[in-house]
Amino acid sequence: MKRIDMEFDIVVIGGGTGGPMAAVKAKQQNPQLKVLLIDKAHVKRSGAISMGMDGLNNAVIPGHATPEQYVKEITIANDGIVDQEAVMAYAANSFDMIQELDRWGVKFEKDETGDYAVRKVHHLGSYVLPMPEGHHMKKILYRQLKRARVEITNRVVVTRLLTGADGEITGVMGFDCRTADFYVIRCKAAVLSTGAAGRIGLPASGYLMGTYENPTNCGDGHAMAYHAGADLANLECFQINPLIKDYNGPACAYVTGPFGGFTANSKGERFIECDYWSGQMMMEFYNELQGGNGPVFLKLDHLAAETISEIEHILHTNERPSRGRFHEKRGNDYRKQMVEMHISEIGFCSGHSASGIWTNARGETSVKGLYAAGDCASVPHNYMLGAFVYGRLCGQNAADYCGGAAKGCIDDGAIAAEEARIGAPLARSEGLTPFQIEYKTRRLVNDYLQPPKITRKYEIGLRRFDEVREDATAMMATNPHELMRAMEALSILDCAEMAARASMFRTESRWGLYHYNIDHPERDDENWFCHTLLSRDADGRMSVRKKAIEPYIVPIDEEERTAYQRLRVERSAAAA
Amino acid sequence: MSIATTLTQAPVVVDESKCIAEKGCTVCVDVCPLDVLAIDMLKKKAFMKYDECWYCLPCETDCPTDAVKVSIPYLLR
Repeated sequence: MKRIDMEFDIVVIGGGTGGPMAAVKAKQQNPQLKVLLIDKAHVKRSGAISMGMDGLNNAVIPGHATPEQYVKEITIANDGIVDQEAVMAYAANSFDMIQELDRWGVKFEKDETGDYAVRKVHHLGSYVLPMPEGHHMKKILYRQLKRARVEITNRVVVTRLLTGADGEITGVMGFDCRTADFYVIRCKAAVLSTGAAGRIGLPASGYLMGTYENPTNCGDGHAMAYHAGADLANLECFQINPLIKDYNGPACAYVTGPFGGFTANSKGERFIECDYWSGQMMMEFYNELQGGNGPVFLKLDHLAAETISEIEHILHTNERPSRGRFHEKRGNDYRKQMVEMHISEIGFCSGHSASGIWTNARGETSVKGLYAAGDCASVPHNYMLGAFVYGRLCGQNAADYCGGAAKGCIDDGAIAAEEARIGAPLARSEGLTPFQIEYKTRRLVNDYLQPPKITRKYEIGLRRFDEVREDATAMMATNPHELMRAMEALSILDCAEMAARASMFRTESRWGLYHYNIDHPERDDENWFCHTLLSRDADGRMSVRKKAIEPYIVPIDEEERTAYQRLRVERSAAAA
Repeated sequence: MSIATTLTQAPVVVDESKCIAEKGCTVCVDVCPLDVLAIDMLKKKAFMKYDECWYCLPCETDCPTDAVKVSIPYLLR
């Protein structure tokens, strides 16, 4: 294990979606700065959009929607628990970002007049913009990185942040997953864009990497933010998705909905009015599965052959193109039968839900010099375009911050401790494998943390996590690749414990299935109309506290407030 | 305590007659997000070294000679 020292102004951790944007924008803001984009995979094909994306789920385009409407929709979809200013910072910059991406060469669907072909998927407004040729997204980002002269380091796993005397960011540490070389990179600011924590629970298939999220997104950003003293927001608002059963990827109702596809029960009947992913929608999905009307399916077999061909082209060339060969092997044909769907394991993801590293409308975390963008941050329902918009905000604000920041003191004790922590599994010639530690942790997450949430189960879960943590002190790695899995397993353990502690703190039910608490089944606005923040206390333990909801800048009226509570299709006696 | 190895069928298959790793090509190894591919130093061909495939397809899509084929892993097929 060789030690490699580097020095930059800004280090962006994670080169998927928000990360490249942050790095490019930081460089554009101040070309004098040295900016490093670091990724544990390869920036060319890393992250959630490794194979592109089939559309924008939250485009706020003049003539189709206003930022105020969008803020309102997300406030209601997230049961009121939002920092509206942060959602507005996204919405107000959404169109500008679409235009910039358009100039960069991203092809959005347009109608015969040249206007963006926006579709309606959400419950109230229209925000979905298809990108049938969206598979080239990463290439376009890579070209911009080269043009902006951002430095790139691939295959280095960042594991911890270094902080100075005032708690400010002074550097990042990690290791090369092919050589195990130890990296110490001094910097004034860091941007976390490490994606969702998508590897906390175990997919029902039992296959460890059969996750909805790219499995590289295992929550190491969440863990390193926590250890650096940052606040994490609303972690109990889990991400749970309706997915193609076993394949565990999107079906994808956002694409098929505007063409006439919908989620159906075993009778082929529509049971939800709106396929937009929300906790309330997931609750209805869960009720249908549990209530004797399951399985639940994606229904397209009533559509015209040409329509289905168009859907297939989008779904089998973008985002998760292997959907096509999965269906082929199963004998699934959208024309002939419905495709079975199921509920996913849990995760943290602000892209679809609201859980993540707390950030404000400037992308700042609670740690000085630390920013976060995309699925790992806390701005709700942000999706890919939100990662871009907040990537830009983080890059620009981090660049401005660097102008006034002095180089902080490096904590040699923290460096030695991290070098020892990373080196330990490699030094052992016997013990438990990273696979065993990870599998057991994730299986326990399913057993004890998957909603409905029950306090007694959570208490047992926490005790079992402690046991696994103890076992993990004997974890071994025979090579640098296994060392990467070992360090990831420890991040997953941290995330599992955070998921449990945040959930136990909020003694009410909210966000439909995401936080359905059997012991406190009612929503309790009097006591729990607030954010929760989890952080490390002075004794190094996890503590959770309330944070008041910031004053609304877009008022919500009574009728609208409950729109997402009424997703189930109503059936009259005559119809039944 | 000893460490056991368990065999498993690899979802990523490389056609060695098409693979040009011996000419220095490492495209599939470079693009894999999970870093599960490697070059066999004796055979000078790419192969799947770790059973951690996300069936995401960059290796297959980016291979310049169409040598890589990805199947859905058996457990979820």
